[in-house]
Amino acid sequence: MSSALSLKDLRKSYGETEVVAGLNLELAPGTCHGLLGPNGAGKTTTLRLALGLIEADAGSIELLGHRLPHEASQARMRVGVVPQADSLDPDFTVRENLLVFGRYFGLARREIEARLPALLDFAGLAGKADTRIDALSGGMKRRLALARALVNDPDVIFLDEPTTGLDPQARHLIWQGLRRLTAQGKTLLLTTHFMEEAERLCDRISIIDHGRLIAEGAPRELIAAHVEAHVVEIDGEDSENGCEHLAERYCRRCEKIGETLFCYTAEPQALIAALEGMPHLRYLHRPANLEDVFLKLTGRDLRD
Amino acid sequence: MSTTRPAGGIRLTPHVFRLTFLPVWHRNFLVWKKLAIPSLLGNLADPMLYMLGLGYGLGRLLPDIGGVPYLNFLAAGTVCYSVMNSATFETLYSAFSRMHVQKTWAAILNTPLGLRDVLLGEWVWAASKSLLSGIAILLVIWGLGLQADFVMSLGLLPVIVLTGLCFAGLGLAINAVSPNYDFFLYYFTLAITPMVLLGGVFYPATELPAWLKAAADWLPLTHAIALARPLVLGQLPQDILWHGMVLLAYGLAGFWAACRLTRRRLLR
Repeated sequence: MSSALSLKDLRKSYGETEVVAGLNLELAPGTCHGLLGPNGAGKTTTLRLALGLIEADAGSIELLGHRLPHEASQARMRVGVVPQADSLDPDFTVRENLLVFGRYFGLARREIEARLPALLDFAGLAGKADTRIDALSGGMKRRLALARALVNDPDVIFLDEPTTGLDPQARHLIWQGLRRLTAQGKTLLLTTHFMEEAERLCDRISIIDHGRLIAEGAPRELIAAHVEAHVVEIDGEDSENGCEHLAERYCRRCEKIGETLFCYTAEPQALIAALEGMPHLRYLHRPANLEDVFLKLTGRDLRD
Repeated sequence: MSTTRPAGGIRLTPHVFRLTFLPVWHRNFLVWKKLAIPSLLGNLADPMLYMLGLGYGLGRLLPDIGGVPYLNFLAAGTVCYSVMNSATFETLYSAFSRMHVQKTWAAILNTPLGLRDVLLGEWVWAASKSLLSGIAILLVIWGLGLQADFVMSLGLLPVIVLTGLCFAGLGLAINAVSPNYDFFLYYFTLAITPMVLLGGVFYPATELPAWLKAAADWLPLTHAIALARPLVLGQLPQDILWHGMVLLAYGLAGFWAACRLTRRRLLR
C-alpha cells in the first residue's frame, strides 16, 4: 500500500494570511508521524484539510486511497480522531458515549457492544462503563476520547495534542496506548507541543512553520542533522561575562536565553573541565534533543 | 430504502434520500429520554398556564368569539404557540450548547457524517420534540372537550408538524449566527413576541387595523393559527395550501440558511 495520507503542494489562505503555504506530507502506513510547529504554524488547519473538513485553495489530498474533499465521507469511515477539546457527551455515561459515537459510523448496536469490553479495557476504564462523564478525571476523559476514536476500528488515527493538560502519570498511560496502536499496525498522525513526547513516540517527524515544511526525518536524524550532539547549559551570577568567552573558546555555537547560556558542541570535555574550575557557575551537561532542534529551526534561537 | 454500510457504501443512496442524519436525531432522543418528564412538563407549563389562566380568568369577562367561549377560541392558538416555543428553544439554546459549548457537532463532523446530516438531524429532532409539545396540548383540549369535532381536530397533527419544521428551521438559522446565548433575546424580542401578540393567539387577527394586519400576514405563526383554529372549531380551514406552503417555505428557507451559515461558521 502507498501512503496512508498524502498531501501535495497544499495551500490554504484566510484573507491575506496563507496559513498552509505549499505543504507536502507523506504518512507511511503503520508508523507514528509527528506534526510539530509553534502555535499558529498551521497544524490544526492541516489536520482539518487532511480530514476533508475544509477545502484547500490548491494542492491535492489523498487519505487511505480516497481523494479529498470529494470522498471525505468514505475516507473518514476508516479514520479515528482525538480532538484537542474532548467534546465528550456530558449527558451520557462512558458506555453510552461509545455506543452513540459508533452509530455515526453506521455500526449496529450489537456490533459496538461486542467491541465495548476491548475498548474500555484499552482505555483503562473497564470499571467505569456506567460512570457519567463529569465524574471522570482529566486523564480518564482523554483516554475515553482515545477509545471513542477507535470505535470504528480505524486504520488511521489523528491525534491533536492528546496529552495537553495531563499529569505525568496520565501522560504515560496515553503513551502506552499509542505504542500499542502502532504495534497493531495502525497509522498515527500526532500533533503535540511536547518534544519529549514526539521524540519517544514518533518514527518520523515533520516540523512546520508559517505553513511550510522546514524539516523532516526520524527524531535522531533530525537531531544529528541540525544540532551538535552535546548541550551544556550554564547558569550563574557571572554568566554575563566570564562564561561567554569561555563558550566561544570551547564550543561551535552558543545562544543566550534569559540568564542561561546554551552551548552546543560535539566535544564537551574541554568546556566541562574549564567549568569545573569555576564553582560560582552552575552547569548541566546533556545530550541534544528534539527541543533543541525545534527551537533552532522555528526561530526562537536568540543568536544575535 | 437500503443503505449498505461498510466502507464506501454510505454514499450509495442518492444524497437527498440518505438517512444518515438518523444517528444525530437518535443521539438527541437518548439525551431527552433521560429527562423526558421534566422536559415535557417544562414545555407544557407555560402554554397551559396561558390557556387555562386567560381562558378561564379573562374568558368569563369576554363575550363569545364567533359563537364559541374564549377558552375554546384560545385552544388552537395555544397549540401553535406551544409548538413554536418548543421548536425555538430546542434550536436556539439546546442546539447552541451542542454546537458551541459541548462541541458535539464538531465531534460528529470527524465521522463520516457531514454538516447536512447534523443539521437535518437537529431539524427533524426539534420538530419531533415540538410535535410532542403540540400533542400534549391537544390531549388537554380533548380532555376538556374544547374541540367541536374530534375527527376534524386530528387535522391539527399535520399542522403541528409543519409549524414545528417552520420554527425549527428558522431557529437553526439564528443559532448559526449567534455569538452567545444572550443574542437569542433579540430573536425573542424582535420575532417571537410580535408573533405571539400579533399572530392571532389571543384574539382574531382580523381585529387589527389594516396596516397591522398586513404586517401580521407576513408572520408564520399567523398562518399556523389560520390552519389550526378552524380545525379546533370543527371547520375546514380556508386556503389550506397557501398557509401550508408559507409555513413550509419559512422552514425550508430557514434550514437552507442554517446550512450555509453554519458551514461558514464551522467548516472554513
